[in-house]
Amino acid sequence: MENMVNIKINNKEYSVPANSTVLEAARYAGVEIPTLCYLKDINEIGACRLCLVEVKGARGLAAACVYPVNEGMEVLTNTPKIRQTRKTNLELVLSAHKKKCLTCIRSTSCELQKLCLEYGVDEDHFVGNNNEYPIDATTPYIVRDNEKCILCRRCVAACKNMQGIGVIGANDRGFDTHIASAFEETLDKTSCIGCGQCIVACPVGALYEKDDTQKVLDAIADPTKHVAICAAPSIRATIGECFDYAPGTDTEGKMVAAMKALGFDGVYDMNLTADLTIMEEATEFLGRFKEGKNLPLITSCSPGWIKYCEHYFPEFTDNLSSCKSPQQMFGAMYKTYYAAKMGLDPKDIFFVSAIPCTAKKFEVQRDYQNAAGVPDVDVAITTRELARMIKQAGINFRDLEDEKFDDPFHIGSGAGAIFGATGGVMEAALRTAAEVLEGKKLEKLEFEDVRGTAGIKRAAYKLGGAEIKVAVVSGTANAKKLLNAIKAGKEKVDFIEIMACPGGCVNGGGQPTQPAVVRNNVDLKALRASVLYTADKNLDVRKSHENSAVKKLYDEYFGEPGSHKAHEILHTKYVKRGL
Amino acid sequence: MKKKLTTVAFNGTEEQFKALDALIAEHKGQAGALMPVLQGAQGIFGYLPIEVQKHIALSMDVPLSEVYGVASFYSQFILNPKGDYAVAVCLGTACYVKGAGLLMDKLESILGIKNGEITADRKFSLDATRCIGACGLAPVLTVNEEVYGRLTPDMIQGIIDKYNK
Ligand code: SF4
Ligand code: SF4
Ligand code: SF4
Ligand code: FES
Repeated sequence: MENMVNIKINNKEYSVPANSTVLEAARYAGVEIPTLCYLKDINEIGACRLCLVEVKGARGLAAACVYPVNEGMEVLTNTPKIRQTRKTNLELVLSAHKKKCLTCIRSTSCELQKLCLEYGVDEDHFVGNNNEYPIDATTPYIVRDNEKCILCRRCVAACKNMQGIGVIGANDRGFDTHIASAFEETLDKTSCIGCGQCIVACPVGALYEKDDTQKVLDAIADPTKHVAICAAPSIRATIGECFDYAPGTDTEGKMVAAMKALGFDGVYDMNLTADLTIMEEATEFLGRFKEGKNLPLITSCSPGWIKYCEHYFPEFTDNLSSCKSPQQMFGAMYKTYYAAKMGLDPKDIFFVSAIPCTAKKFEVQRDYQNAAGVPDVDVAITTRELARMIKQAGINFRDLEDEKFDDPFHIGSGAGAIFGATGGVMEAALRTAAEVLEGKKLEKLEFEDVRGTAGIKRAAYKLGGAEIKVAVVSGTANAKKLLNAIKAGKEKVDFIEIMACPGGCVNGGGQPTQPAVVRNNVDLKALRASVLYTADKNLDVRKSHENSAVKKLYDEYFGEPGSHKAHEILHTKYVKRGL
Repeated sequence: MKKKLTTVAFNGTEEQFKALDALIAEHKGQAGALMPVLQGAQGIFGYLPIEVQKHIALSMDVPLSEVYGVASFYSQFILNPKGDYAVAVCLGTACYVKGAGLLMDKLESILGIKNGEITADRKFSLDATRCIGACGLAPVLTVNEEVYGRLTPDMIQGIIDKYNK
């Protein structure tokens, strides 16, 4: 039984857990206290003073987000004084804010805009000179517009506390305070990994993905181009959120219909190349395991993790699987095998991937990612950009009839489907590796130990007489912990799945933004992941090696997993970047 | 507003880094160690260039952004090296009203550097300061410890020439 205390909120009595803050307790009273800087477990600094409440006996107003409850406490959340103070605080924020709501990327999903409307603020109440800051668009994935920054520091906390990275921070003081990197370096000069967790943490339009939608629209409008798109496993579980579906709604059919309505020449399922990745990676693992070479093998589908490894743990780059990510495998396979089959010149193919991830915008520009002599993937667009394109095209997403992916790349197994959640790649690989090692069909396909949203999961399996130790990690702060333990000889693992974003791709930096009130109170990672696990359960084919489309690829083109041709087209190399 | 940062090459010595390492070791594991380490480092190197801050960040396992955040927050920390002759123009109210801004313009054009910078030969650095309490002499500037008062822009060349021998 949890420890409870009795408190009064707005003159009514409630019994609430003793370890709650006033902000959390107020939810028991059905009261949502406004916040701007607070992100549960990530940014608890009490800086914005928007969540002010009156606590009887306390001097001044208290910040509810960091104020603990105690027995007999009396709290008022909605007095004239509180409303006026919150309003004034908002007006002060606005005095240093570039108010460009009409064209702002976050208009209608902006936490500041919503509060200003609710509190009826006078947006020009305080006027004064404001600092000018150049826009930082130096990376291929993030744009920072500090003139819209409200200094809540949620991005700083996401980068440092949640991801264990810390390439951005608050520089200078007072009126000159601004968020940037050390020595005012632009972001491209830092060891930023491109995970985009800072973007989804930002309440306003100060941080956003670099928008590549125009490039896609131009290609579609160009009659000489064959334009194809493939959808990453996780985005069917999240794109609905951009069209007011509740988190955790599977909108695969509508997403496919919308992509077709946008005018792509082919709309395909990346679950297929997730399966292809498993064929290559499981083969690679079995080979290394037999030889005891370069273990642990570490997965390579998360480009944020790859960049993290190259910067912060270059001594582990030989442990990385040489497999390209499913996105890159798709483009590479399409521009070689499929181009030849269809008589297309790879130069005339414009290949787009729709992904949950900002780091994939960096990945498409990497070296050793051009199997056909041209980039494997031309443009990677995030879930948010895809939704933007759909809205702009006037497509009424909610009214669309479900449609299916195009032949011949329409088949993905259940193993491919779960790639989008932490543990999914490991489970998919285990389903295939286990059948090879055991030499027979698995009775139970679920590897429950590697499921769930915990940051580090460990398991050991006896397969074909050998014990295989695996670990599954999401969030780079957790990767740091595990890799340091391995380095220190405190831990021994054979196979590790690492995803840069906490919870895996379902919680990627390119996914729909959700306001703090949702992030703080709903387990988004688990909800979104449940879509993928349900899809897996309902599929007939749940193992990568049983995917008929994948078998056909090997029969017609690659020969067998790990073949010379597969290596040429589906594998890549890494660099040791250092800090 | 963004601080101007030096483009002059860093020339720290091995001894200086040894002293810094000793200092870091002394504060190892202490909470709030960053402040005393930065203060000590400034004592050793005279200022806190990126090389020194990077070294501190790596040795103490704190993100560089945090080190720089602290260094740029407190005005006691100097991010740019000072020249053999540190020229400082008072831009306090009294001096400003009497034309200190014009002195600054003149200095920038004679030395070929901007406020906050240092000449390539490290001879002169140029800074603006707050009121130094010599308002009776406004406008004033200082070169190291020496104070020059009641200045007009045409007197600047002569002052610089004095040091530029
Ligand atoms: S950040 Fe929000 S308040 Fe500011 S311009 Fe954009 S939508 Fe408007
Ligand atoms: S993309 Fe990731 S690593 Fe880069 S600044 Fe944002 S949170 Fe930090
Ligand atoms: S960029 Fe966004 S998240 Fe970061 S401090 Fe500014 S407003 Fe907050
Ligand atoms: S101070 Fe509580 S949300 Fe910012």
